[in-house]
Parts: sequence; structure tokens; C-alpha cells
Amino acid sequence: MTTGQIKYSTSDEVDFVIVGSGAAGGVMAKELSTNGFRVVVLEQGPYLKESDFVHDEVTVLRQDFLTNHPELQPNSFRKTPEEKAKPQRAVGYGRCVGGTSVHFAANYWRFHEIDFAERRKVGAIPGTGLADWPITYADLEPYYTKVEWEVGVSGLAGSSPFDPPRSEPYPMPPLPVKSSGVIFERAARKLGWHPFPAPMAILSQPRAGRSACISCGFCWGFACEVGAKSSSLASVIPMAERTGRCEIRPNSYVHRLEVNGSGRLTGAVYFDEQKNTHLQRSKAVVVCANGAETPRLLLLSANRQFPNGLANSSGLVGKYLMINSYARCVGLFEHPLNDYKGFTDSRVLHDFYELDPQKVGFYGGGGLDARFDFTPFFFALGGLPPETPRWGSSFKAALSHNFARTMEIHSSGTSLPLETNSFSLDPDLKDAWGLPALCMTYRDHPDDLKLANWLNNRGLEILDAADVRRKWSLPIAEQQFTLSLLGTCRMGSDPRVSIINPDHRTHDIKNLFLCDGSSFVTSGRGQPTMTIQALAYRAADRITALAKRGDLGA
Amino acid sequence: MQDYFSRRRFLLESVNGISAAWVAQHWTSALAAAQHAHTLLQSAAPARFEFFTPDLATEVDAVAGRIIPTDQTPGAREAGVVYFIDRALATFASADRKLYTEGMAELQARTREKFSGVEKFSAATAEQQDEILRSLDENAGSISRPFRPAPSGQNFFETIRQHTIAGFLIDPDSDRRGNRGGAGWQVISREHEHMFQPPFGYYDKDYPGWQPAAADPEKK
Repeated sequence: MTTGQIKYSTSDEVDFVIVGSGAAGGVMAKELSTNGFRVVVLEQGPYLKESDFVHDEVTVLRQDFLTNHPELQPNSFRKTPEEKAKPQRAVGYGRCVGGTSVHFAANYWRFHEIDFAERRKVGAIPGTGLADWPITYADLEPYYTKVEWEVGVSGLAGSSPFDPPRSEPYPMPPLPVKSSGVIFERAARKLGWHPFPAPMAILSQPRAGRSACISCGFCWGFACEVGAKSSSLASVIPMAERTGRCEIRPNSYVHRLEVNGSGRLTGAVYFDEQKNTHLQRSKAVVVCANGAETPRLLLLSANRQFPNGLANSSGLVGKYLMINSYARCVGLFEHPLNDYKGFTDSRVLHDFYELDPQKVGFYGGGGLDARFDFTPFFFALGGLPPETPRWGSSFKAALSHNFARTMEIHSSGTSLPLETNSFSLDPDLKDAWGLPALCMTYRDHPDDLKLANWLNNRGLEILDAADVRRKWSLPIAEQQFTLSLLGTCRMGSDPRVSIINPDHRTHDIKNLFLCDGSSFVTSGRGQPTMTIQALAYRAADRITALAKRGDLGA
Repeated sequence: MQDYFSRRRFLLESVNGISAAWVAQHWTSALAAAQHAHTLLQSAAPARFEFFTPDLATEVDAVAGRIIPTDQTPGAREAGVVYFIDRALATFASADRKLYTEGMAELQARTREKFSGVEKFSAATAEQQDEILRSLDENAGSISRPFRPAPSGQNFFETIRQHTIAGFLIDPDSDRRGNRGGAGWQVISREHEHMFQPPFGYYDKDYPGWQPAAADPEKK
């Protein structure tokens, strides 16, 4: 798969170092190398291949085969900045070449126009930092299309009346419908709503030398052993490597960006697998390390010249964290759905994407999907009705009856941006390399919890309309753990209240660019990866233009 | 066994979406590896334990057998859960060894304390065994949806409960020694395959294909 693999020396000043090889980093690597630049991608995790991928829940889920490791990389959590944070796993993300895109569920929703311009529409919300993006949906539309065609997204254009305008259809039809999708579609239509086939970054047909989905049933949380899931690993990274100008360097944990006397970056400092330190020299750096690790790296890079961390003249690096509100209800049906077959979900509902705050009494909106994302062991731990005994014959009977007959309705929605919600460096806790651990401070805005409840009630109505035999909800409470890492280095035109400009260049350092979930100004309605990748395609165009006219500040 | 693999190959070759080139490239070796692992698993019908003494294994097997009992369908014992736990304690859960040795000692003490004349857990009746386990189960109830199962080392009963369930339901094609012969998947009606084709279940079998709703709202 890797023809023309190139190796650069650390002393060789390449054009770009990209930190992270996930959804954003993979696209950035492919675009910049295709545009003729010499690129080194530094990825903290290993370079795993399809032959490494297994369905063993102990390896993958319990031992964090694909994900950040709580013992090597502990986190701490607190609800408010006044509290002392306690060690606790707070974030989950992919830690391997391809990043979180390797194990994600692959729901690929475009943002709608409203997500970029909500403040103009609903006005300021006191106590929050709700702001508009400096770019619009129209600016990003061509790049959404590029994601669909190049990364590989299955879906049906025009199937949701709420969709924003698009310039091209999807390149492939939707994946097959699951029983949960049929139940959801029929019931939602009874209620007058408009379910549609889920847009998924999973191939429904063979494409670009990759296999179509084989519906193995180990999708969310697992890596695809046939390359059908459109991870960066399966899609754009091979294209980057084929240019012969891009080196993917795994097991390289970047922990400092090096700045010279005139305030310019000279490269990235990383630990290799043996914990030896290296400096990879480069003309510019693009950090695509995710919404948690990107601000952490800027803060870890503090020096005499930038005592509060890089690109942090506003003091807002790490702040305005948004993690998307979330709810889940579960339904048990008479006949087997066998929803363990296939992928996570096949039908989505966007009727409640834009709720009227005057009518519902809170800000926000969201989407619902019909899913089953349990693998067998996890189902036994968390998929049975609340009062089911946890062991013994009744437990076994419920497990035996319910596994094939259960589905879930998952709601995801907006989070309001609050300055007090953040990622910062823990003052005491250290990771296995002796670096300050990631500290998450988060308390959902009351509207986010009201929204989660409201959406979950719609999910319960759908289950009722579907002749469900039993239904229950997971408790909706203030969140203390997230996979959605958004808004911590927000984009804006005003350097006093944002970190990067619309070209993804930091306001403070000319040859430092940031592009990933941290760039977000609003949270969207969940499922942010599609927008992360559209931003990366657009940012690569902007950065290429700047570099080609010699404007990297060299 | 032969049946299982030939069925899997047949399915594979009949999936429209997969190119013949891909099959040639990937699946033959994957299939061979899986078959090898499976053969090993079957033939190594585990006679030897890596961590447990035979006595301790008998007791752990008895506990697992109450967590997922044998009735009309296989339970933890038929699925070889004790071998999974033994390998777990030799590998990924080695930090839990002390928890097991101490926990099992406590369990035996409770057995003798509660039922005079019963010398060990495995010699107690099923009802007695359940009563002993109930007295050890500290966190009954509570629904949760863990991103990851609770880390090891919490309390003995919760640890052996999770290990038993994992050993019952783990991918039988993995080398974890659990879910022997796919017994656990059979109990939960999960077909022993790693690829499927629609229709998947009862509710999608007569789905006529996507049709737009009768009346869509005005486009924004």
C-alpha cells in the first residue's frame, strides 16, 4: 500500500510538519503533499494495518488497542474552575495512524447554514460565548463535496428535506437499511416526521481499490479490517504516501513546538518510541492533534517569550470547549432485529435540527438516529433494562432474549460555548512521559440538558409509535466524559476573542496553523467529523495559496 | 467446523460489493489465520492452566457457573469461561491475581461460615452458592453505559462477574480461550459469522426500498 515511501531526516527542513494523522491531519497530509510540499506527519500512536485489526473486545475496548490509554495518559476532571480536578478518564480519542477516524461510527452529517450563523439569528445568549463563524456554509460546501467523493461517503442526496444545498450527489448509494432503521422510519413517518438514510463514511460499493462494507457488526469502537470504513488510514493517507513527498512517522509524540528569537516556529519536538527527544525542522507547522491535544500542545509549548503558551495572546486557548449534548433511549421488540449485523445506524432524523427557542424555551437543536452500537460483551454490561439482575438465570434469560431484539435511539445536539468549559494542564497529574496531564473542566449549560431531554422524548415517542414492547432511557446528567472535542482554539477575525483566522493561521504566529475540532466556533448538532474534514480540505487550499506566494512568514 | 468455514467462504463470494481482487488479496490469508486459530483453540482443549491450580480452577468454574448458569442452553462452564479467566490472569488482567486468590479465600470462608459441613463452594448446592454470591455482590442494580468496562481491582465479585461475561461472549475466533465453540454467541442468538448480508432481521426483510414520504415540507 505504500509505494514511494520517503524518509526525511530531522535536520532536513521540510515544508510542513503536521501533528496528528486523524480526520484532519490525514486530509491535510494528502492535500499538502499532492500540492508539491514536503511533509512529515508526526503521529503519537502506532502505524497499524488491516491485518492487525481484530474483533476481540478485550484487546480493542478493554486494552485500548486503538485509543488513548488512561494509564499512560491520565486525565483529570472537574465541573468548575474553582474545584480541584480529580484524576478520571475524561476524553476518548484514537491513538494510531488515522486517529479517531479508525474506530468511529462514521456518521457524516454536513453542518447546515444555521450552524455558521446562529448568533445572527437567535441573538446573544447571556453568559455564553455564542458567536458566528467568519465563514459560511457556502464557503465550505465545495469541500464537503470533496470529502464525500474523495474520502468516500454513502448516502442519498435529497432524502432529507432539511438538508442544506449541495453541488453534487453522494458518490455511492446508502448502506442497506437495518431493522432498527425500518422501525424508526415507519414510526417517525407515522408521527409526520422525515427520516432519511444515514450518510455514512463507509463504502456501500467498492471504490478506489477499497472493499465495500461486509456488515461484520464490529464497527463503532473497532477498526475496519477490509478498509470499507473511510478512515484517514484507509482513504487519504495512502494517497499522501503515494505522492512520494509525505512521510508518516508513527510513535512520535509531539510535546513542544520550537520557537526562535523572532517568534517563529522552527519545528516540532517529539519523543520517539524509546522516549528519545528529536526536533523535526520545518518551515511551518499544522497542528491537527484534536480539540483536546491541540490546545494542550500550545500550552505545553509555553516559553519566556510566550509564557501563557503559544498563540494565546487572547488567553482563550483551551476555552469554549463544546462536547455536544447527548441522550439515548432503548427499545425492546417482539421479533429479532439482529441489529448486531452491519454498522451502527441506517436512519437519521433532522426535523429538530433548528428548534425555535421562543417555542421550546431553550436554545439548540439536534438529530436522532436509530442504532445498535453494542458488541456482545458491552451489551451484557449496559444494554439490558435497568432492573435486570446482573448475574444468574434471570440475567442469562434477559441477555439471551434481548440481544437480537434491542435497538437504541441516539440523540445528539448543540452545546453552548462557555468560557469556563475548557482543557488545561493539570498542575499535579503527569503522563508517562512526565508531562502535565490534560485537565477537563466541564458543566453542561442548562439549555444543553433541556435539549437532550427534549430530543430523548421524541425518541421515546418514536419507540411508542413503533409498537415497542419495553422502553427505557439512560439517565441524562451533566457529562463527565467526551469523544467530541470542539471549540478550544476557535476561529475568528478578532484576535482578542479567537485563536486562528479564517485561513486557520494563528493570530500570533505566522507559520503556525491549527485545524481540527478545536477550530469550531459552534458545536453543530453532533457528528462533527465531516465538518472537521471539510475544514481541513479548505484550510489546505488556503495554506497552499499562502505558501505559494511566499507568505508563511519565512 | 468445516461447515462453518465453507459457509463463510460461500457468503463472502456471494457478496456483490466485494471485488474478486480484494478477496484474493485479503481474505484467503485472513481465513487461513482464523482457521488456524480456531483449530488451535479446539485441539488445545485446554488441559493445562497457566495461573490456576486445578483446585482453584474448580472453584472459579463453580462461581462462573452461577453467574451464567447452565440450563436448557450452555452456560459459562460449557463456554470454557474458566480457561478465559485463567489466561486473563496470566496476561491482560495479571494485576487481578491477588484479588482472585484473596477473593476466593473469602468466598470459601463465607461458605463454611454460612453452611456448616460444606467444605468448599463447589460442594454447595446451587441455592447455597447463589446465597453466598449475593452476599458478595456489593453493587447490585444501577444501569450504566460504560465507555470502557470498569478497570480491574475494584472488588472481587464485580471483577469475576465481568470476566465471566467477557469469557462467555468474547469473539470465539480470538485467542482469548473464551466462548468455546461459540457457545455464548449461540445463547444470545448472534450468528457465528463476521460478515452478513441484508436482510438482517424480521423488520427489514420486507422493506420495499427507500421511498420519499408522501408530503414533504417546503424546502427552507
